[in-house]
Amino acid sequence: MKTWDVIVIGGGHNGLVNACYLQRAGLDVLVVEKNDWVGGAASSRELTPGFLYSNCSYVCSLFRPEIMRDLELPRFGLQVIAYEGGAVLTQDGDYLGNYRDHDAHRREFARFSKRDAEAYDRYARDVTRQCRFIQPLLMRTAPDPTSLKPRDLGELLYLGKKFAGLTAEEMALTLRFWTISISDFLDEYFETDVIKANFSISGIIGTALGPMSPGTAYVLLHHYMGEVDGSVGAWGYARGGMGAVTRALAASFQASGGTIRTGAEVEKVCVKSGKAKGVVFAGGEEIYGKLIVSNADVKRTFLKLVEEKELPDIFLRRVKNFKIRGSSGKVNIALDSMPEFPALPKDSPCLRGDLHFTDTVERMERAYDDWKAGRWSVDPFLDMMIPTTIDPTMAAPGKHFMSCFVQYAPPKVEGRDWTDADRDAFAETVISQIADYSPGFRDRIVHMEVRTPRELEAEVGLTEGNIFQGELTFDQLLFNRPVPGFAQYRSPVNGLYICGSSTHPGGGVMGAPGRNAAKEILRDLARSDHHMSPAHDVI
Amino acid sequence: MTSSDRTVWDAIVIGGGHNGLICATLLAKGRRNVLLLEANAEMGGAARTEEFFPGFRDSTAHVLNRLHPEVVKALDLEELGLDLLRGASGSTFAPSVVLSKDGAPLTLHGAYGETLTGASAAEQAAWKDLRVQLLRYAGVLKPFLSRRPPEFGSRSPGGLAALGQAALAMKRLGREDMRDFLRVLLMNVHDLLDEQLSDDRLKGLLAFDAVLGSHLGPRSPTSLLGLYYRLAGEIGGAPGAQVVPKGGMGAVIATIRAAAEHAGVALCTGASVAKIVVESGRAVGLALASGEEIHADTIVSAVNPTTTLLTLVGAPLLDTGLVRKVKNIRMKGDVAKLNLALDGVPDFPGVAAQDLHGRLVIAPSPDHVERAFNPAKYGEFSPEPVMEITLPSLTDPSLAPQDGCILSANVQYAPYALKEGWETGKPKFLAAIMAQLEAHAPGIGRLARHAELLTPADIEVRYLMPGGHWHHGELQADQMLFSRPVSGWSGYDTPIERLYLAGAGSHPGGGISGLPGLNAARRILAARAER
Amino acid sequence: MNISTLKPSPTQVWQIAQSHFRTLRADTPFQPRIDAAAKTNEWYNWSGYRAPHSLWDEELEYFAIRSQAALFDISPMTKYRIEGPEAEAFCNRLTLRDVTRLKPGRVHYTAWCDDQGFVLDDGTLFRLSPDRFRLCCQGRHLPWLLDSAIGFTVRIGEETEQVAGLALQGPTSFAVLRDAGFAGIERLKPFDLADFAHESGAVTISRTGFTGDLGYELFVERELALPLWDRLMVAGQLHGIRPIGYAALDRARIEAGLIVANADFTAAQQAVRADRQRLPYEIGLGFMVDADKGHFNGRRAILDARAGKKLRYVLVGLEIEGNIPAEHAIVYHKKNREVGLVSAAIWAPTAKKSVAIASLRRPFGDLILDDLWVEIYAMRELRYERVMKRARIVPRPFIRLERRSATPPADF
Repeated sequence: MKTWDVIVIGGGHNGLVNACYLQRAGLDVLVVEKNDWVGGAASSRELTPGFLYSNCSYVCSLFRPEIMRDLELPRFGLQVIAYEGGAVLTQDGDYLGNYRDHDAHRREFARFSKRDAEAYDRYARDVTRQCRFIQPLLMRTAPDPTSLKPRDLGELLYLGKKFAGLTAEEMALTLRFWTISISDFLDEYFETDVIKANFSISGIIGTALGPMSPGTAYVLLHHYMGEVDGSVGAWGYARGGMGAVTRALAASFQASGGTIRTGAEVEKVCVKSGKAKGVVFAGGEEIYGKLIVSNADVKRTFLKLVEEKELPDIFLRRVKNFKIRGSSGKVNIALDSMPEFPALPKDSPCLRGDLHFTDTVERMERAYDDWKAGRWSVDPFLDMMIPTTIDPTMAAPGKHFMSCFVQYAPPKVEGRDWTDADRDAFAETVISQIADYSPGFRDRIVHMEVRTPRELEAEVGLTEGNIFQGELTFDQLLFNRPVPGFAQYRSPVNGLYICGSSTHPGGGVMGAPGRNAAKEILRDLARSDHHMSPAHDVI
Repeated sequence: MTSSDRTVWDAIVIGGGHNGLICATLLAKGRRNVLLLEANAEMGGAARTEEFFPGFRDSTAHVLNRLHPEVVKALDLEELGLDLLRGASGSTFAPSVVLSKDGAPLTLHGAYGETLTGASAAEQAAWKDLRVQLLRYAGVLKPFLSRRPPEFGSRSPGGLAALGQAALAMKRLGREDMRDFLRVLLMNVHDLLDEQLSDDRLKGLLAFDAVLGSHLGPRSPTSLLGLYYRLAGEIGGAPGAQVVPKGGMGAVIATIRAAAEHAGVALCTGASVAKIVVESGRAVGLALASGEEIHADTIVSAVNPTTTLLTLVGAPLLDTGLVRKVKNIRMKGDVAKLNLALDGVPDFPGVAAQDLHGRLVIAPSPDHVERAFNPAKYGEFSPEPVMEITLPSLTDPSLAPQDGCILSANVQYAPYALKEGWETGKPKFLAAIMAQLEAHAPGIGRLARHAELLTPADIEVRYLMPGGHWHHGELQADQMLFSRPVSGWSGYDTPIERLYLAGAGSHPGGGISGLPGLNAARRILAARAER
Repeated sequence: MNISTLKPSPTQVWQIAQSHFRTLRADTPFQPRIDAAAKTNEWYNWSGYRAPHSLWDEELEYFAIRSQAALFDISPMTKYRIEGPEAEAFCNRLTLRDVTRLKPGRVHYTAWCDDQGFVLDDGTLFRLSPDRFRLCCQGRHLPWLLDSAIGFTVRIGEETEQVAGLALQGPTSFAVLRDAGFAGIERLKPFDLADFAHESGAVTISRTGFTGDLGYELFVERELALPLWDRLMVAGQLHGIRPIGYAALDRARIEAGLIVANADFTAAQQAVRADRQRLPYEIGLGFMVDADKGHFNGRRAILDARAGKKLRYVLVGLEIEGNIPAEHAIVYHKKNREVGLVSAAIWAPTAKKSVAIASLRRPFGDLILDDLWVEIYAMRELRYERVMKRARIVPRPFIRLERRSATPPADF
């Protein structure tokens, strides 16, 4: 029976990035995916005739340009359409628009506060400075601070030097960034509620934290980092939905000789005398690989796929303590016509970006309080967009696909499993919030797909439906991600690696975990990684 | 002190709270000619004891758990009669009792639960492990407390030494513990408790202790630091210990005051400072509210940093960036103080008589504490507040008339800026507190003769503490160490030459530790030596 | 008709206010006249306004400044109104120079710094009356001004859009104003300002400018802007008045040795790279620092740096041999050691010299003044012609014109 050089479990974007790099290094790589399609959470599916849904991930964020280049994704069909704007609609019928143009942005803010309009430059400078400090870390393996290996020491020295290169003021700000809440941070720059709500968004998306939780300022950086090197379209729609990203990755992988097997759910990673040997599928079939790489999150990988006895106690304890918290849901809607938003001018570029309906930090925080109590938010935070305003491939002319990312949705409802009735009630909070700002909205709905953490976990395999495969708090970043001592993509099992968003630098459709893991694997195999572009300079 | 001679005083200390007293004493011991000014008629600040109802006296601070040994030693407080080991019940540390509405209480005995009663055997074992771990990890941070914080850029030897000591202490933990230490450092207390414990009462207590005095809930990231801060304190060499001091907090203040007098500090009460006089960027004296001016070589402010810089010095004499930083110090208090005059000792069912001398805590679970925190974020008070209670008159009968009893409680969460305003909100909040008390001490309402509730707004007025915040600034990760009170000026210096800060608004923060006063005094003496 | 139906609904009001996304570069109050004069249609973005790079002929526009009268729209300059009983004290604490010595009816060129002493911006401070000032600058500083006002009885407002501005520069500018009927204009000395009647209101005219030539700046409410333009153009017809764009002005300002924020130095609040921030002494603004006037923002840091010899850079004027503009050339010592960078350079048409403004790393330009060279890469038909030219440090301005300061001005 054939023994693959590498078996990658899970065809999400990080699994595919990892597989691409390994295949291009001359290894014989098989990607196995439980669903009948690849893509994991980055997929496009026709769930109702004539409408293509980006049913989980909905935005091409932070995808590393180095990876796009190495894997020739544009050649394999990836087209990213940048956001043209975005807005927060306010309860009094107005809105705050975000524009790409610096001066339009300032004039828009000035409608609410002249002071805030002119505060933006300093805010942008400070955030940019921090991003410039952190961004180069994305494509590096985090050092183990307890290790005395030359490589770890070297990497620590690199970090130390980078930090020492900052001015005292910047250092103080860096340390604050890791510990302060986005709400407190914004209070130091802005005075207007809606403007603070607008900037808070990036501090909470994907996390089980509210804008008043310490540490959310860092989450903001996580969302902004992609823009440091000026990559236009760091945020954008993938033409054809998010599946286009993983389709291009799959095509790139196959073009370089890789093999994908779909409909193949892995039940177990076979380990013999401490070494991974292969995987067993749900049907009982076993295949062999010299190396196994898991794109699944760390809990799924080590608590479900690997037998407990193969893992040291301390590692198991830490994996169990890793926080993967379901905090969001998704409502995907097919519309038979373009919804109206009377607040927004019809030609507003904001319609071709993300829209939000929570206009105060307090509303966002209260939405989080509901989650803490084990309920979905009565007045949820939505990150809503209509990609069909700019992508005709997803629906027929005049018809629209609307993606609503919804926060907060708990993994369990007051301690019990979600029911279908819960799911419908959850969807209703979303529909009714949108309908408040868009008269006649309900009548346009043709079809709706509602995904609570239950559905996200069942289909994509994300534990608790957490989109980042693990919270982005300090205790789970850098050398702590996913667990201390194993933050370098390896595991206690020889030949078993992890490459998903549970690993450094974390979630988002970024590809960096998959790429970094490939680099470590090639290092262990003493193979060349010359086909991997070094991380872009930040100068 | 009425002399207008500029050289009469080497130093004037503003504020007769414990930090001001300690700093003044140490400066005097360093052969400085020191004057201390206190606006109130009595020394002690929030630790002073006052009559709140005829015959009933209490102080706002009511438990001693971190008076630093170096302070005790430097001021010879034991020689002056302070006996820390003799707490409430005469010989041991005060216990912490977690009250339970409908079950048995759980009690931590000795120094922060050396033994635990009222819990299952499994929980006792888990607690034993966790306690050791918490004290070890808190111990890593200890070297930072009694020093100036390390500063960026300047590479001050003291700061580097503390960093070095901490690094060494961390290494000494061993590899896996060091990893865990680094993981949990900025974590929330709720998660850590869930990882290691299962008894809601015990978890509730720890969660409460972690967030007491700050605007955080147990689920807020970084809230574990609050528990470390608590456990980095020690009494009589026992980390985590607490005493309800014999003779009340007033006795502690009296001892410190005696130390000050002994050292030759000139103490002056009822002297309200209106302005710090600055000439060409240097502090040269003070203007009192009475109009009098006093000159000194050095001015030390042991009052709030915002008051010091923005009111006494004034923003126009400072740089705008600093003014911004000072204004951005978060210091809106969340703790209210309840002083209850009772006709007798209330009945807390299930609590042993000797444990009533300790600290009684209402914090049924971390989730309960978190729920109590939620409204505070929006300027609302908690309908089911959490609190720590002491009965100081059991320790010092002189505080209450015969057969009377005092209940002293720190109640959380009571936001400084209540949306509806405290005028109408206070009676409602008091009712909520009394309902909580009644649920845990049935019949207490009937014993209550008088209730004095001090909201943060009241505390602000009474003790001149902006925001009514007992730490003079949130003690959260972003306002600690080199960021306390503000980054760039964390080492007790200010941009005004010869003006120093010595209050809880400076590193390491509040609680009756005396460390800001101690560290500031050392800094001032060293700076004088450099001149 | 029902009056209430005429009143725009809140939504309509918002939608009028929101239209900026349709016109990303706003028009100034003079736009109809500028557009009519724009033959080249070369525009650039000046702080969000559509401003002319040139209007009809860049070179001739320059010579209009030096030989006739040139009219340049400065409305996009950011303008702040500062008023109140403590306006003087506020300005004194904000800026480097001693504002108590700035008399009402006077203007001075000044700068202000952050706590670290790094320059946030430079600009002109107009003292309109004892307790009323106007601050004109390039950047946006409202939060800084408001936070600096804590503790002062002073009101601060941003009035960039409401107040239109024109620079009238050149030897015949005085004659233009006189013939336009601004009686008494001859009495204005350099850096004087006064109000003059115009239509239903007034125009504030100061004898200031950015060209090193005889010239004036005029400020007027936006509603009265177009009549002011017309009044000047009519009066100036025989004096050769010409509207001009920025390219011509830029030449004149380099010749005058004047610096521009974010061109010759990076304003602190925009500096993403912290090492790009500059102290006043590092960009030739040390003369403004008044250590004796009491506290001002950044004082401690600036004086510490000066005393501790921690100044890292110096801004100098260079005269370069030959005639090839040395824009963004690297400056060398002894042809091999890199010591600085040219931020602006031209072949000065009036001075007939190649001149440059450069930032050098001390001690070069400070203690070491000789043997300096610039390496010019001149792109000529798709090839860099690389030349190494000797550079000499010279005082600025590169050209001194007596007419700039003569009072009363001569009638050219």
